[in-house]
Amino acid sequence: MPQNEYIERHRKLYGRRLDYEERKRKREAREPHKRAQVARNLRGIKAKIFNKERRNEKIQMKKKIKAHEEKKVKKTTENVAEGALPVYLLDRDVQSRAKVLSNMIKQKRKEKAGKWDVPIPKVRAQADSEVLRVVKSGKTKRKAWKRMVTKVTFVGEGFTRKPPKFERFIRPMALRFKKAHVTHPELKATFCLPIIGVKKNPSSPMFTSLGVITKGTVIEVNISELGLVTQAGKVVWGKYAQVTNNPENDGCINAVLLV
Amino acid sequence: MESETNNEAKRLLCCFKSETGEVAGDMMDLPLNCSTQQLTLICNAILQQEEPVPYLFYVNDTEITHTLEKALNVANLNTEGIVDIIYQQQAVFKVRPVTRCTSSMPGHAEAVISVSFSPDGKHLASGSGDTTVRFWDVTTQTPSYTCKAHNNWVLCIAWSPDSTKLASACKDGKINIWDPFTGKQIGKTMIGHKQWITSLSWEPYHKNPDCRLLASSSKDCDVRIWDTTLCTTVLTIAGHTKGVTVVKWGGSGLIYTASQDRTVKVWRANDGVLCRTLEGHAHWVNTLALSTDYILRIGAFDPIKDSNKDTLMPDKKKSQEFALKRFYEVTEALGERLVSGSDDFTLFLWNPEKDKKPIARLTGHQQLVNDVKFSPDGRILASSSFDKSIRLWEAKTGKFICTLRGHVQAVYMVAFSADSRLMVSGSADSTLKLWNLKTKKLEIDLPGHADEVYAVDWSTDGLRVGSGGKDKVLRLWQN
Repeated sequence: MPQNEYIERHRKLYGRRLDYEERKRKREAREPHKRAQVARNLRGIKAKIFNKERRNEKIQMKKKIKAHEEKKVKKTTENVAEGALPVYLLDRDVQSRAKVLSNMIKQKRKEKAGKWDVPIPKVRAQADSEVLRVVKSGKTKRKAWKRMVTKVTFVGEGFTRKPPKFERFIRPMALRFKKAHVTHPELKATFCLPIIGVKKNPSSPMFTSLGVITKGTVIEVNISELGLVTQAGKVVWGKYAQVTNNPENDGCINAVLLV
Repeated sequence: MESETNNEAKRLLCCFKSETGEVAGDMMDLPLNCSTQQLTLICNAILQQEEPVPYLFYVNDTEITHTLEKALNVANLNTEGIVDIIYQQQAVFKVRPVTRCTSSMPGHAEAVISVSFSPDGKHLASGSGDTTVRFWDVTTQTPSYTCKAHNNWVLCIAWSPDSTKLASACKDGKINIWDPFTGKQIGKTMIGHKQWITSLSWEPYHKNPDCRLLASSSKDCDVRIWDTTLCTTVLTIAGHTKGVTVVKWGGSGLIYTASQDRTVKVWRANDGVLCRTLEGHAHWVNTLALSTDYILRIGAFDPIKDSNKDTLMPDKKKSQEFALKRFYEVTEALGERLVSGSDDFTLFLWNPEKDKKPIARLTGHQQLVNDVKFSPDGRILASSSFDKSIRLWEAKTGKFICTLRGHVQAVYMVAFSADSRLMVSGSADSTLKLWNLKTKKLEIDLPGHADEVYAVDWSTDGLRVGSGGKDKVLRLWQN
């Protein structure tokens, strides 16, 4: 092992050989020839590896040359930024907002037909037995007319439970949800919005009326805080969204806004 | 006295006064059930008007709407004293409210940032984020010229008071002058500002009928005065420590600038000497308005008299005198008033020619004030704010009149009709709203834009409203 940087020290003290530059130039000039010699004689996997490396080297070289050329040419046109703002908004941070894209008439028509172009068109049907658990009742637990909903539900604000004798469907408190994480597909932003109601559960109309939220359910959410306005300048507050996850597994509701 | 007045109408000693307090005619004995029509007839006779002119009458700051009796508190009235009836002349002509969108003109490839009618009302220009300035034919409502020279968003445009030139400024800090008749650029591009230009203001017509000088304010804290024929900077006014937001060239040879450094400064236009610094705002000053804005904008035109004919006199000297005369008529009573709106939610009313103390501080807005305008007759102030409301103020004293609510998002801009009876406002909620200033109520809602409305302008002859916004179309509204 060499002790200390003695070569460098020597170079500092006495300088390089007098013909150093000349030898270096010649060596560099011979380099391509040497390389070609090697390339010509290589066979098999070694040739493959060598050629691949050489190719990459060439690409890098060309890229570098191009970059240098670009640097020399003065840029004349710069692309104009999008989203022009008037002077009075230039110094303020304005968040980008998309207005309601489809108009109200279209939405009304869709509503009538009860059909929407939804992000998830086909969902697995939920069987009754999957959603509802039979609860045995009666003194001797002989009766089995009560059902417990085992999925996430939305229960309206002013709901009071019926007396036990008449309560056929029990919606557990722990599975009741009030808010959903709704993604605006244009803005690519997600907001936590209050749910207004369940518009349609594709599995069964009974689940719709019960407010059961499963994957693919269309819910109505309150988007007034998004600041969307109609063409007539009214604030839009209710809009539909489709649930994209399995809320009963995840503990939260994720949805996509239908625009 | 009691017995004879029971059946007959009560009578009262009255005296007509103008807004400035000049007494017109002798005092007279008027019956209490005297209606406004009768008062108007009397007033016309006293002032010897050739044609009947409409008036508004006020007693103790309350307007007489039906009869004299209703406006007065008859119970505790001193019948011996003289009642002053203050009359306000109204515009002879009437602008009909715009009710419908007559054309939506696509063409711009980006948001329309500024819209402006020429002082004679014959041309319409718009500046957009697609770096072009476009001229539109107002009568056929079609595009006439597209002007390309800028390399960035065209932020502001300004018509010269003689309607023969349009100045446009872009975000790169360059200014171009355009000819509205050919759509060609006049002279060279004026380069000097280091950052974007926030506003442009031409020299008033009565100072120089050639319309040569132009003032521009910029984010780079400077105000520059340009010679538009030589395309050079005449003067650079520096003094603000933050970006200048507005520049206004006043009619009395002063330049007013507002800045984000919380001050409004008054400069002498000839040599750029600082005359006064008006301090009071606690945050950025966003906007300025002069009581003479309308009169300075229309220059020597009389768009009301006959909008079909060319009203500009061929003799420049004569038209300059005409403009000067009209300017004096407007300013003789109160001088040139200035109002400034700020990010601290307040407005200040100034008398910038004489005093550095404000006349009044107008408070009430709950969000920043974005735009403020004087009505063309100089009696009412309207301020639009991000708190979704427009507030009206008395221009003389700064007294609050009322709030106009209706927009559901920030109000960006307001524009008055030439007769000061109507006002239109553009908002982020994608609508325009037309307000009646007599009833102080919403007249008509004008939906149509698909996105935020950035710019609104009412033509000087009152026939059309132009608006542009984020949805890239320019819309014209007519009655």
